[in-house]
Amino acid sequence: MDKYIHTPLKEEEIAELKAGDFVFITGTIYTARDAAHKRMYEALRKKEELPIELKNNIIYYMGPSPAKEGQVIGSAGPTTSSRMDKYTPELIDLGLKGMIGKGRRSDQVREAIIKRKAVYFAAIGGAGALLSKCIISSQVIAYEDLGTEAIRKLEVKNFPVIVVIDSEGNNLY
Amino acid sequence: MREVDISEITKEIKEMCIQANYVLSSDMQTKLEDAVQKEESSLGIKILKQLEENLKIAESEQIPICQDTGMTVIFIKIGQEVHIINGDLEEGIQKGVREGYQEGYLRKSVVNDPILRENTKDNTPAVIHYEIIKGDKIEITVAPKGFGSENMSRIFMLKPADGIEGVKEAVLTSVREAGPNACPPMVIGVGIGGTFEKCALLAKKALTRDLNKSFSYPYPYIKELEEELLKKINELGIGPGGLGGTQTAFAVNIETYPTHIAGLPVAVNICCHVNRHITRII
Ligand code: SF4
Repeated sequence: MDKYIHTPLKEEEIAELKAGDFVFITGTIYTARDAAHKRMYEALRKKEELPIELKNNIIYYMGPSPAKEGQVIGSAGPTTSSRMDKYTPELIDLGLKGMIGKGRRSDQVREAIIKRKAVYFAAIGGAGALLSKCIISSQVIAYEDLGTEAIRKLEVKNFPVIVVIDSEGNNLY
Repeated sequence: MREVDISEITKEIKEMCIQANYVLSSDMQTKLEDAVQKEESSLGIKILKQLEENLKIAESEQIPICQDTGMTVIFIKIGQEVHIINGDLEEGIQKGVREGYQEGYLRKSVVNDPILRENTKDNTPAVIHYEIIKGDKIEITVAPKGFGSENMSRIFMLKPADGIEGVKEAVLTSVREAGPNACPPMVIGVGIGGTFEKCALLAKKALTRDLNKSFSYPYPYIKELEEELLKKINELGIGPGGLGGTQTAFAVNIETYPTHIAGLPVAVNICCHVNRHITRII
Protein backbone atom coordinates (compact mmCIF):
# COMPACT_ATOMS: atom_id res chain seq x y z
CA MET A 1 0.00 0.00 0.00
CA ASP A 2 1.26 3.52 -0.82
CA LYS A 3 1.36 6.00 2.07
CA TYR A 4 2.53 9.59 2.39
CA ILE A 5 4.10 10.90 5.58
CA HIS A 6 5.71 14.10 6.81
CA THR A 7 8.51 14.65 9.28
CA PRO A 8 8.69 15.06 12.24
CA LEU A 9 6.84 11.77 12.64
CA LYS A 10 3.73 11.42 14.74
CA GLU A 11 2.95 8.38 16.85
CA GLU A 12 -0.41 7.71 15.21
CA GLU A 13 1.22 7.89 11.79
CA ILE A 14 3.93 5.43 12.73
CA ALA A 15 1.37 3.01 14.14
CA GLU A 16 -0.32 2.86 10.76
CA LEU A 17 2.81 1.92 8.85
CA LYS A 18 3.01 -1.80 8.20
CA ALA A 19 5.93 -3.92 6.97
CA GLY A 20 5.71 -4.00 3.18
CA ASP A 21 4.07 -0.58 2.77
CA PHE A 22 5.47 1.82 0.18
CA VAL A 23 5.96 5.17 1.88
CA PHE A 24 6.79 8.59 0.44
CA ILE A 25 8.49 10.86 2.93
CA THR A 26 8.38 14.66 2.78
CA GLY A 27 10.18 17.02 5.15
CA THR A 28 13.51 17.22 6.95
CA ILE A 29 15.66 14.12 7.49
CA TYR A 30 19.26 13.82 8.70
CA THR A 31 22.09 11.74 7.28
CA ALA A 32 24.59 9.85 9.41
CA ARG A 33 26.63 6.75 8.70
CA ASP A 34 29.48 4.88 10.39
CA ALA A 35 31.85 7.66 11.46
CA ALA A 36 29.09 10.11 12.48
CA HIS A 37 27.42 7.41 14.58
CA LYS A 38 30.72 6.70 16.30
CA ARG A 39 31.13 10.40 17.08
CA MET A 40 27.61 10.76 18.40
CA TYR A 41 28.21 7.70 20.57
CA GLU A 42 31.40 9.24 21.95
CA ALA A 43 29.64 12.56 22.54
CA LEU A 44 26.98 10.78 24.58
CA ARG A 45 29.66 9.07 26.68
CA LYS A 46 31.09 12.51 27.44
CA LYS A 47 27.59 13.81 28.22
CA GLU A 48 27.84 16.28 25.36
CA GLU A 49 24.90 17.44 23.35
CA LEU A 50 24.23 15.81 19.99
CA PRO A 51 24.41 17.98 16.88
CA ILE A 52 20.93 16.93 15.75
CA GLU A 53 17.52 16.82 17.36
CA LEU A 54 16.59 13.14 17.43
CA LYS A 55 13.10 13.46 18.82
CA ASN A 56 10.52 12.21 16.30
CA ASN A 57 13.05 12.47 13.50
CA ILE A 58 14.52 10.19 10.86
CA ILE A 59 18.17 9.32 10.22
CA TYR A 60 19.12 8.26 6.70
CA TYR A 61 22.21 6.03 6.51
CA MET A 62 23.81 7.66 3.53
CA GLY A 63 27.04 9.28 2.38
CA PRO A 64 26.53 11.02 -0.98
CA SER A 65 28.91 11.45 -3.87
CA PRO A 66 29.93 15.13 -4.34
CA ALA A 67 27.47 17.52 -5.99
CA LYS A 68 28.44 19.17 -9.23
CA GLU A 69 27.78 22.80 -9.84
CA GLY A 70 24.02 23.31 -10.02
CA GLN A 71 23.19 20.00 -8.35
CA VAL A 72 21.68 19.76 -4.85
CA ILE A 73 23.57 16.57 -4.07
CA GLY A 74 25.35 13.78 -5.92
CA SER A 75 24.24 10.17 -5.95
CA ALA A 76 22.44 9.52 -2.68
CA GLY A 77 21.34 5.94 -1.99
CA PRO A 78 21.31 4.01 1.29
CA THR A 79 24.22 2.19 2.89
CA THR A 80 24.01 -1.10 4.82
CA SER A 81 22.22 -0.47 8.11
CA SER A 82 23.65 -3.31 10.17
CA ARG A 83 26.90 -1.42 10.71
CA MET A 84 24.94 1.10 12.75
CA ASP A 85 23.20 -1.57 14.87
CA LYS A 86 25.62 -1.14 17.76
CA TYR A 87 24.64 2.51 18.19
CA THR A 88 20.98 2.50 17.19
CA PRO A 89 19.10 1.30 20.32
CA GLU A 90 20.55 4.17 22.35
CA LEU A 91 19.49 6.71 19.71
CA ILE A 92 16.00 5.22 19.62
CA ASP A 93 15.86 5.55 23.41
CA LEU A 94 16.68 9.22 22.94
CA GLY A 95 13.69 9.75 20.68
CA LEU A 96 14.80 8.75 17.18
CA LYS A 97 11.70 7.42 15.42
CA GLY A 98 12.78 6.41 11.95
CA MET A 99 15.77 5.00 10.14
CA ILE A 100 16.33 4.61 6.42
CA GLY A 101 18.96 2.20 5.15
CA LYS A 102 19.21 -1.17 3.50
CA GLY A 103 19.53 -4.71 4.79
CA ARG A 104 18.88 -6.58 8.00
CA ARG A 105 18.93 -5.23 11.55
CA SER A 106 19.98 -6.92 14.81
CA ASP A 107 17.51 -8.31 17.36
CA GLN A 108 18.47 -5.48 19.71
CA VAL A 109 17.45 -2.88 17.13
CA ARG A 110 14.19 -4.67 16.45
CA GLU A 111 13.44 -4.81 20.20
CA ALA A 112 14.18 -1.09 20.57
CA ILE A 113 11.87 -0.38 17.64
CA ILE A 114 9.03 -2.29 19.32
CA LYS A 115 9.68 -0.78 22.75
CA ARG A 116 9.72 2.82 21.52
CA LYS A 117 7.31 2.43 18.60
CA ALA A 118 9.79 3.41 15.94
CA VAL A 119 10.09 2.24 12.31
CA TYR A 120 12.83 0.99 9.99
CA PHE A 121 12.60 1.73 6.29
CA ALA A 122 14.66 0.51 3.36
CA ALA A 123 15.42 2.62 0.34
CA ILE A 124 16.47 0.86 -2.85
CA GLY A 125 20.16 0.05 -2.64
CA GLY A 126 22.09 1.13 -5.70
CA ALA A 127 19.51 3.60 -6.94
CA GLY A 128 21.41 6.68 -5.79
CA ALA A 129 20.90 8.71 -8.95
CA LEU A 130 17.14 8.17 -8.86
CA LEU A 131 16.87 8.90 -5.13
CA SER A 132 18.89 12.12 -5.46
CA LYS A 133 16.01 13.55 -7.48
CA CYS A 134 13.79 13.54 -4.37
CA ILE A 135 16.24 15.63 -2.34
CA ILE A 136 15.49 19.32 -2.68
CA SER A 137 18.15 20.74 -0.39
CA SER A 138 21.20 19.51 1.45
CA GLN A 139 23.30 21.23 4.07
CA VAL A 140 26.18 19.91 6.14
CA ILE A 141 25.36 20.70 9.76
CA ALA A 142 27.98 18.78 11.76
CA TYR A 143 31.28 16.90 11.55
CA GLU A 144 32.20 18.56 8.30
CA ASP A 145 35.71 17.11 8.49
CA LEU A 146 34.22 13.65 7.87
CA GLY A 147 33.58 14.54 4.21
CA THR A 148 30.91 12.27 2.79
CA GLU A 149 30.28 10.97 6.31
CA ALA A 150 29.37 14.39 7.74
CA ILE A 151 25.88 14.91 9.14
CA ARG A 152 23.60 16.56 6.57
CA LYS A 153 20.19 18.07 6.93
CA LEU A 154 18.14 17.14 3.88
CA GLU A 155 14.81 18.43 2.70
CA VAL A 156 13.13 15.62 0.82
CA LYS A 157 9.98 15.46 -1.23
CA ASN A 158 8.15 12.18 -1.72
CA PHE A 159 11.29 10.22 -0.95
CA PRO A 160 10.41 6.56 -1.70
CA VAL A 161 11.02 3.91 0.95
CA ILE A 162 9.56 0.58 2.01
CA VAL A 163 8.66 -0.30 5.60
CA VAL A 164 10.88 -3.23 6.60
CA ILE A 165 10.37 -3.36 10.38
CA ASP A 166 7.17 -1.76 11.62
CA SER A 167 6.45 -0.53 15.14
CA GLU A 168 5.08 -3.94 16.12
CA GLY A 169 8.27 -5.65 15.03
CA ASN A 170 6.97 -7.30 11.84
CA ASN A 171 9.95 -7.82 9.55
CA LEU A 172 9.64 -7.83 5.78
CA TYR A 173 12.93 -9.61 5.02
CA MET B 1 60.20 -3.08 -27.58
CA ARG B 2 57.18 -0.84 -27.76
CA GLU B 3 57.29 2.33 -25.73
CA VAL B 4 54.19 3.51 -23.86
CA ASP B 5 54.19 6.85 -22.12
CA ILE B 6 52.96 6.69 -18.54
CA SER B 7 50.69 9.68 -19.16
CA GLU B 8 48.68 7.56 -21.59
CA ILE B 9 48.02 4.98 -18.87
CA THR B 10 47.07 7.72 -16.40
CA LYS B 11 44.64 9.25 -18.87
CA GLU B 12 42.95 5.93 -19.68
CA ILE B 13 42.55 5.05 -16.01
CA LYS B 14 41.10 8.44 -15.20
CA GLU B 15 38.49 8.13 -17.96
CA MET B 16 37.68 4.55 -17.05
CA CYS B 17 37.05 5.42 -13.38
CA ILE B 18 34.57 8.06 -14.46
CA GLN B 19 32.87 6.02 -17.16
CA ALA B 20 32.53 2.91 -14.99
CA ASN B 21 30.67 4.90 -12.36
CA TYR B 22 28.26 6.67 -14.73
CA VAL B 23 27.42 4.02 -17.28
CA LEU B 24 27.02 0.34 -16.58
CA SER B 25 28.62 -1.94 -19.18
CA SER B 26 26.16 -3.23 -21.77
CA ASP B 27 26.36 -6.84 -20.55
CA MET B 28 25.02 -5.79 -17.17
CA GLN B 29 22.32 -3.63 -18.74
CA THR B 30 21.17 -6.62 -20.77
CA LYS B 31 21.00 -8.75 -17.63
CA LEU B 32 18.81 -6.15 -15.97
CA GLU B 33 16.44 -6.04 -18.95
CA ASP B 34 16.23 -9.84 -18.92
CA ALA B 35 15.47 -9.83 -15.20
CA VAL B 36 12.51 -7.47 -15.69
CA GLN B 37 11.07 -9.99 -18.17
CA LYS B 38 11.70 -13.00 -15.92
CA GLU B 39 10.76 -11.62 -12.49
CA GLU B 40 7.55 -13.09 -11.11
CA SER B 41 6.93 -10.83 -8.12
CA SER B 42 5.19 -7.55 -8.90
CA LEU B 43 7.15 -5.80 -6.15
CA GLY B 44 10.33 -7.24 -7.68
CA ILE B 45 9.39 -5.88 -11.12
CA LYS B 46 8.74 -2.49 -9.59
CA ILE B 47 12.21 -2.44 -8.01
CA LEU B 48 13.92 -3.62 -11.20
CA LYS B 49 12.19 -0.92 -13.22
CA GLN B 50 13.43 1.66 -10.75
CA LEU B 51 16.93 0.31 -11.22
CA GLU B 52 16.52 0.75 -14.98
CA GLU B 53 15.28 4.26 -14.41
CA ASN B 54 18.26 4.88 -12.14
CA LEU B 55 20.67 3.85 -14.91
CA LYS B 56 18.97 6.21 -17.34
CA ILE B 57 19.17 9.17 -14.96
CA ALA B 58 22.79 8.36 -14.13
CA GLU B 59 23.80 8.36 -17.77
CA SER B 60 21.77 11.32 -18.98
CA GLU B 61 22.35 13.60 -16.00
CA GLN B 62 25.86 12.38 -15.22
CA ILE B 63 25.19 11.34 -11.64
CA PRO B 64 27.02 8.23 -10.38
CA ILE B 65 24.84 5.11 -10.62
CA CYS B 66 25.45 4.52 -6.93
CA GLN B 67 26.88 6.89 -4.31
CA ASP B 68 29.33 4.18 -3.29
CA THR B 69 31.70 4.64 -6.18
CA GLY B 70 33.83 1.96 -4.65
CA MET B 71 37.38 1.14 -3.86
CA THR B 72 39.06 1.04 -7.25
CA VAL B 73 40.28 -2.40 -8.25
CA ILE B 74 42.58 -2.47 -11.25
CA PHE B 75 43.80 -5.45 -13.21
CA ILE B 76 46.67 -4.52 -15.47
CA LYS B 77 48.23 -7.01 -17.86
CA ILE B 78 51.47 -5.77 -19.35
CA GLY B 79 52.98 -7.35 -22.43
CA GLN B 80 56.60 -8.24 -21.82
CA GLU B 81 57.59 -6.33 -24.96
CA VAL B 82 56.33 -3.05 -23.50
CA HIS B 83 58.66 -0.43 -22.07
CA ILE B 84 56.89 2.17 -19.93
CA ILE B 85 58.56 5.56 -20.18
CA ASN B 86 58.48 8.96 -18.47
CA GLY B 87 57.42 7.86 -15.04
CA ASP B 88 56.70 5.33 -12.40
CA LEU B 89 53.92 2.85 -13.29
CA GLU B 90 52.40 2.57 -9.83
CA GLU B 91 52.33 6.33 -9.38
CA GLY B 92 50.88 6.78 -12.88
CA ILE B 93 48.01 4.43 -12.06
CA GLN B 94 47.26 6.07 -8.71
CA LYS B 95 47.34 9.46 -10.40
CA GLY B 96 44.70 8.30 -12.88
CA VAL B 97 42.47 7.18 -10.01
CA ARG B 98 43.03 10.41 -8.10
CA GLU B 99 42.16 12.58 -11.10
CA GLY B 100 39.21 10.42 -12.12
CA TYR B 101 37.61 10.55 -8.68
CA GLN B 102 38.19 14.28 -8.38
CA GLU B 103 37.14 15.38 -11.83
CA GLY B 104 34.30 12.87 -12.02
CA TYR B 105 32.73 14.00 -8.72
CA LEU B 106 33.02 10.45 -7.42
CA ARG B 107 32.85 9.66 -3.73
CA LYS B 108 36.13 9.33 -1.85
CA SER B 109 35.63 6.18 0.16
CA VAL B 110 39.15 5.07 1.06
CA VAL B 111 40.74 5.40 4.51
CA ASN B 112 44.51 5.42 5.06
CA ASP B 113 44.59 2.55 7.53
CA PRO B 114 42.02 -0.07 8.57
CA ILE B 115 42.29 0.91 12.24
CA LEU B 116 43.22 4.62 12.16
CA ARG B 117 40.66 5.26 9.41
CA GLU B 118 41.48 8.69 8.09
CA ASN B 119 39.98 9.41 4.67
CA THR B 120 42.67 9.85 2.02
CA LYS B 121 40.31 12.31 0.28
CA ASP B 122 41.15 11.20 -3.26
CA ASN B 123 40.11 7.53 -3.21
CA THR B 124 43.69 6.32 -3.53
CA PRO B 125 45.31 3.96 -3.18
CA ALA B 126 43.61 1.65 -5.64
CA VAL B 127 44.09 -2.09 -5.30
CA ILE B 128 46.25 -3.05 -8.28
CA HIS B 129 46.82 -6.55 -9.65
CA TYR B 130 49.72 -6.74 -12.08
CA GLU B 131 50.27 -9.50 -14.56
CA ILE B 132 53.01 -9.90 -17.16
CA ILE B 133 51.80 -11.43 -20.41
CA LYS B 134 53.10 -12.13 -23.90
CA GLY B 135 53.15 -9.42 -26.55
CA ASP B 136 53.43 -5.65 -26.68
CA LYS B 137 50.01 -4.50 -25.45
CA ILE B 138 48.69 -3.36 -22.10
CA GLU B 139 45.22 -4.49 -21.04
CA ILE B 140 43.63 -2.51 -18.23
CA THR B 141 40.44 -3.42 -16.39
CA VAL B 142 38.98 -0.94 -13.93
CA ALA B 143 36.40 -2.32 -11.52
CA PRO B 144 35.25 0.04 -8.74
CA LYS B 145 33.93 -2.22 -5.97
CA GLY B 146 31.20 -1.22 -3.54
CA PHE B 147 31.50 -2.51 -0.01
CA GLY B 148 27.86 -3.31 0.77
CA SER B 149 28.40 -6.43 -1.26
CA GLU B 150 32.16 -6.78 -0.64
CA ASN B 151 31.44 -7.14 3.08
CA MET B 152 29.24 -10.17 2.40
CA SER B 153 31.99 -12.07 0.54
CA ARG B 154 33.51 -15.22 2.04
CA ILE B 155 36.40 -17.66 1.81
CA PHE B 156 36.06 -21.35 2.66
CA MET B 157 39.01 -23.72 2.97
CA LEU B 158 37.11 -26.92 2.17
CA LYS B 159 38.44 -30.46 2.28
CA PRO B 160 38.89 -32.38 -0.98
CA ALA B 161 36.23 -34.82 0.31
CA ASP B 162 33.70 -31.96 0.38
CA GLY B 163 33.85 -31.97 -3.42
CA ILE B 164 31.43 -30.19 -5.69
CA GLU B 165 28.60 -30.46 -3.15
CA GLY B 166 30.75 -28.55 -0.66
CA VAL B 167 31.34 -25.83 -3.23
CA LYS B 168 27.60 -25.49 -3.89
CA GLU B 169 26.88 -25.28 -0.17
CA ALA B 170 29.56 -22.59 0.26
CA VAL B 171 28.13 -20.43 -2.51
CA LEU B 172 24.53 -20.82 -1.40
CA THR B 173 25.41 -20.10 2.24
CA SER B 174 27.21 -16.90 1.21
CA VAL B 175 24.35 -15.67 -0.93
CA ARG B 176 21.74 -16.51 1.71
CA GLU B 177 23.69 -14.55 4.31
CA ALA B 178 24.27 -11.65 1.93
CA GLY B 179 20.53 -11.36 1.26
CA PRO B 180 19.26 -7.78 1.19
CA ASN B 181 22.58 -6.30 2.38
CA ALA B 182 24.33 -6.87 -0.95
CA CYS B 183 21.85 -4.92 -3.10
CA PRO B 184 20.44 -7.82 -5.10
CA PRO B 185 20.16 -8.81 -7.93
CA MET B 186 23.77 -9.79 -7.42
CA VAL B 187 26.59 -11.13 -9.54
CA ILE B 188 28.48 -13.93 -7.82
CA GLY B 189 32.18 -14.33 -8.55
CA VAL B 190 33.50 -17.72 -7.45
CA GLY B 191 37.14 -18.79 -7.31
CA ILE B 192 37.86 -22.47 -6.80
CA GLY B 193 41.32 -23.92 -6.27
CA GLY B 194 44.79 -22.42 -6.01
CA THR B 195 45.78 -21.22 -2.55
CA PHE B 196 44.07 -19.01 0.02
CA GLU B 197 44.85 -15.77 -1.81
CA LYS B 198 44.66 -17.19 -5.33
CA CYS B 199 41.03 -18.27 -5.00
CA ALA B 200 40.07 -14.81 -3.73
CA LEU B 201 41.74 -13.20 -6.71
CA LEU B 202 40.00 -15.62 -9.08
CA ALA B 203 36.66 -14.73 -7.54
CA LYS B 204 37.30 -11.02 -8.01
CA LYS B 205 38.43 -11.56 -11.59
CA ALA B 206 35.32 -13.63 -12.26
CA LEU B 207 33.18 -10.56 -11.49
CA THR B 208 34.83 -8.64 -14.33
CA ARG B 209 33.87 -11.20 -16.97
CA ASP B 210 32.16 -9.65 -19.99
CA LEU B 211 28.90 -11.56 -20.13
CA ASN B 212 28.29 -10.58 -23.75
CA LYS B 213 31.32 -12.58 -24.84
CA SER B 214 31.52 -16.34 -24.89
CA PHE B 215 33.79 -17.74 -22.20
CA SER B 216 36.05 -20.72 -22.81
CA TYR B 217 35.57 -23.10 -19.93
CA PRO B 218 38.54 -25.35 -19.15
CA TYR B 219 36.11 -28.17 -18.14
CA PRO B 220 32.43 -28.58 -19.05
CA TYR B 221 31.36 -29.11 -15.43
CA ILE B 222 32.13 -25.46 -14.65
CA LYS B 223 29.46 -24.12 -16.97
CA GLU B 224 26.95 -26.65 -15.64
CA LEU B 225 27.82 -25.66 -12.08
CA GLU B 226 27.29 -21.98 -12.91
CA GLU B 227 23.86 -22.73 -14.35
CA GLU B 228 22.83 -24.98 -11.47
CA LEU B 229 23.95 -22.45 -8.87
CA LEU B 230 22.20 -19.57 -10.60
CA LYS B 231 18.97 -21.58 -10.63
CA LYS B 232 19.33 -22.52 -6.95
CA ILE B 233 20.19 -18.94 -5.95
CA ASN B 234 17.14 -17.62 -7.74
CA GLU B 235 15.04 -20.18 -5.86
CA LEU B 236 16.15 -18.69 -2.53
CA GLY B 237 13.47 -16.04 -2.93
CA ILE B 238 15.65 -13.08 -1.90
CA GLY B 239 14.67 -11.10 -5.00
CA PRO B 240 15.38 -7.54 -6.15
CA GLY B 241 16.24 -5.29 -3.21
CA GLY B 242 15.90 -8.35 -0.95
CA LEU B 243 12.14 -7.83 -0.95
CA GLY B 244 11.27 -11.20 -2.43
CA GLY B 245 11.20 -12.52 -5.96
CA THR B 246 12.84 -14.84 -8.42
CA GLN B 247 15.67 -12.57 -9.63
CA THR B 248 18.25 -12.76 -6.86
CA ALA B 249 21.30 -13.02 -9.10
CA PHE B 250 22.10 -12.05 -12.67
CA ALA B 251 24.98 -14.47 -13.04
CA VAL B 252 27.35 -16.86 -11.31
CA ASN B 253 30.86 -16.67 -12.80
CA ILE B 254 33.30 -19.37 -11.78
CA GLU B 255 37.05 -19.42 -12.32
CA THR B 256 39.23 -22.35 -11.34
CA TYR B 257 42.92 -23.09 -10.86
CA PRO B 258 44.92 -26.22 -10.01
CA THR B 259 45.30 -26.76 -6.28
CA HIS B 260 47.13 -28.83 -3.65
CA ILE B 261 46.39 -32.51 -2.96
CA ALA B 262 45.15 -31.55 0.52
CA GLY B 263 42.90 -28.63 -0.28
CA LEU B 264 39.80 -27.22 -1.93
CA PRO B 265 39.78 -23.43 -1.42
CA VAL B 266 36.59 -21.62 -2.44
CA ALA B 267 36.13 -17.86 -2.50
CA VAL B 268 32.77 -16.23 -3.05
CA ASN B 269 33.03 -12.58 -4.03
CA ILE B 270 29.61 -11.00 -4.06
CA CYS B 271 28.78 -8.00 -6.18
CA CYS B 272 25.61 -5.95 -6.30
CA HIS B 273 23.62 -5.09 -9.43
CA VAL B 274 26.05 -2.19 -9.94
CA ASN B 275 28.77 -4.56 -11.16
CA ARG B 276 31.15 -2.03 -12.70
CA HIS B 277 33.92 -3.15 -15.00
CA ILE B 278 35.55 -1.70 -18.09
CA THR B 279 38.46 -3.03 -20.08
CA ARG B 280 40.64 -1.13 -22.54
CA ILE B 281 43.72 -2.09 -24.45
CA ILE B 282 46.63 0.25 -25.07
S1 SF4 C 1 26.44 -2.73 -2.63
FE1 SF4 C 1 26.60 -1.87 -4.69
S2 SF4 C 1 24.62 -0.99 -5.19
FE2 SF4 C 1 24.69 -1.37 -2.99
S3 SF4 C 1 25.34 0.58 -2.12
FE3 SF4 C 1 27.19 -0.63 -2.41
S4 SF4 C 1 27.96 -0.14 -4.47
FE4 SF4 C 1 25.86 0.63 -4.30
